[in-house]
Amino acid sequence: MNLKPLLIATVTATLLAACSSTKPETSANLTGANQAGSATTTVPGATTGSQNQAGAGADAALNDPNSPLAKRSVFFAFDSNVVKSEYKPTVAAHAEFLKANANHKVVIQGNTDARGSREYNLALGQRRAESVKQAMQVLGVPEQQLEAVSFGKEKPRANGNSEADYAQNRRDDIVYDGQ
Amino acid sequence: MLSSKSLFRTALVVLLLLATGARAEMTVEIVGGGADRHAIAVLPFKDETTRLHDALTPVVKNDLNLSGVFRMIDTSGVANLPFTPAGIHYGDWKSAGAQSLAIGSVSSAAGGKVTISFSLMDVAQKKQLTGGSFTVPPERSRQVAHTIADMIFEAITGQKGIFNTRIVYVLKRGSSYQLQVADVDGGRAQTILRSKEPIMSPSWSSDGRYLAYVSFESRKPVVWVQDLATGRRNAAANFKGSNSAPSWSPDGRTLAVVLTTSGSSQIYLVSPNGGVPRRLTYSGAIDTEPSWSPDGSQILFVSDRSGGPQIYRMAASGGAATRLTWQGSYNVSPRVSPDGKRFTFIQRQGGAFRVMMQDIGSADARVISQDPYNERPSFAPNGGMVLYASLQGGRSVLYAATPDGGSKVKLAVIDGEVQDPAWGPYNNSN
Repeated sequence: MNLKPLLIATVTATLLAACSSTKPETSANLTGANQAGSATTTVPGATTGSQNQAGAGADAALNDPNSPLAKRSVFFAFDSNVVKSEYKPTVAAHAEFLKANANHKVVIQGNTDARGSREYNLALGQRRAESVKQAMQVLGVPEQQLEAVSFGKEKPRANGNSEADYAQNRRDDIVYDGQ
Repeated sequence: MLSSKSLFRTALVVLLLLATGARAEMTVEIVGGGADRHAIAVLPFKDETTRLHDALTPVVKNDLNLSGVFRMIDTSGVANLPFTPAGIHYGDWKSAGAQSLAIGSVSSAAGGKVTISFSLMDVAQKKQLTGGSFTVPPERSRQVAHTIADMIFEAITGQKGIFNTRIVYVLKRGSSYQLQVADVDGGRAQTILRSKEPIMSPSWSSDGRYLAYVSFESRKPVVWVQDLATGRRNAAANFKGSNSAPSWSPDGRTLAVVLTTSGSSQIYLVSPNGGVPRRLTYSGAIDTEPSWSPDGSQILFVSDRSGGPQIYRMAASGGAATRLTWQGSYNVSPRVSPDGKRFTFIQRQGGAFRVMMQDIGSADARVISQDPYNERPSFAPNGGMVLYASLQGGRSVLYAATPDGGSKVKLAVIDGEVQDPAWGPYNNSN
């Protein structure tokens, strides 16, 4: 696996966070909270710093709010993992960007609405994430740049119980480089 | 995958927080019940309030209530409350409607310890059914209370009691998640992992020493194994994609997990220490929520290979699967009873998610819980109760129900949402 410096920086930061938690193994005040907290707070900072190493043009496109790349979510119908035609341009834009920027990597995070078994929802969210991943692979993105994961119903964007809330949560998010 | 395997394998110390700071206060509340409960009077033990920090008998009564097979006789109207068999006026208790009577005392022993003595007396036969004496440090009196409840339960029902067992659940408060282990009545709750990211699907090893669970702390689902005694833990499954649904084999050597490295959620076997997984299912559909039969020969699981999610059974070595559920379009979260003869699961009925019970070999399931939203039932190790979480008014609470659905007990959570409970095994070290 040929990890570019940016990715390595991100991964290293994450691992360092784990290391720093590991080090004072005998310390009585080390808890799971420290470990989890450091992982979640350290990763974004590492990404910001490392982005300087990527091409300035590519970063500009990635951060341009008017670029098609600014759209990072794909929404699904109830009980469906089919990428609707209105989201195909978004998927295609990210696919083109990834093909042109092999140093970038995305995690596609699948989500579901808040009904039923947590584990079955995790699998349904995974299926949604795999759909977008496969669509990108069909468009020529190498598998090494893609990871499909699921949050199931555990991290809803909308917390209500209306159909509009559920629709918000039937969603994939495309997340660059550990952002 | 990240070349972090060795790092993740590095044991991390997770502090076992003491009960004081991290306690989920619960109270037992009887919600329904059979008419044929055994009527028992549990009398205050002599000096239990002066020699112990917390009195014993409320814990004993709570446990017996929780079992769903006892009815407490009010002792407040009886003038003479005996502490020894010789002091019992059986007529008082016969007219009070008691079938049996638990009495006892607490006395001081050498080395700052206390001796707790108790007897269970049969009112009609005027004879002792069981009894015992325990000399322990005062702070262990709560465990003694659970042991006394176990002895009473076994003397009356002939079944082994489960009041010394523990339960695990995820407590969600706002955006904070705590994996907690508690006594079956919610007492002595310990937080074994705290995270700002979701924790789910805790699974006990059959010796009660380890928990496997799914944590999102690295921003994706990863299966961890944690030693409850030391707090040390390791990632058992941290492969590309999602890692979830751990279920411990009865011999403690293997975890069934769900991995997505093939492009769909499939069941694999992996060592609790990590290592190379062995794939068990090849459906290409969703296969998840594996659950071992108690003899380790079979695995029940959920698959949507026929459309909606249904429960299937296969040999623990893999191979052909048999569909078990034929009623309803959504059947999930199976768990096999300790005797291997039936399984509990969740069925969607209209907009409700109900706890069900079905005999293996039968296609008929019956409803255990009429509550509208329930999740993840599990059996007590004696098979006599089913634990499940239920959503009410936007909060989750824990219930324990008898397998026939005739009686259930609410373990009410005062603050926070309880998710993904699992009843632990018999705990002999406690």
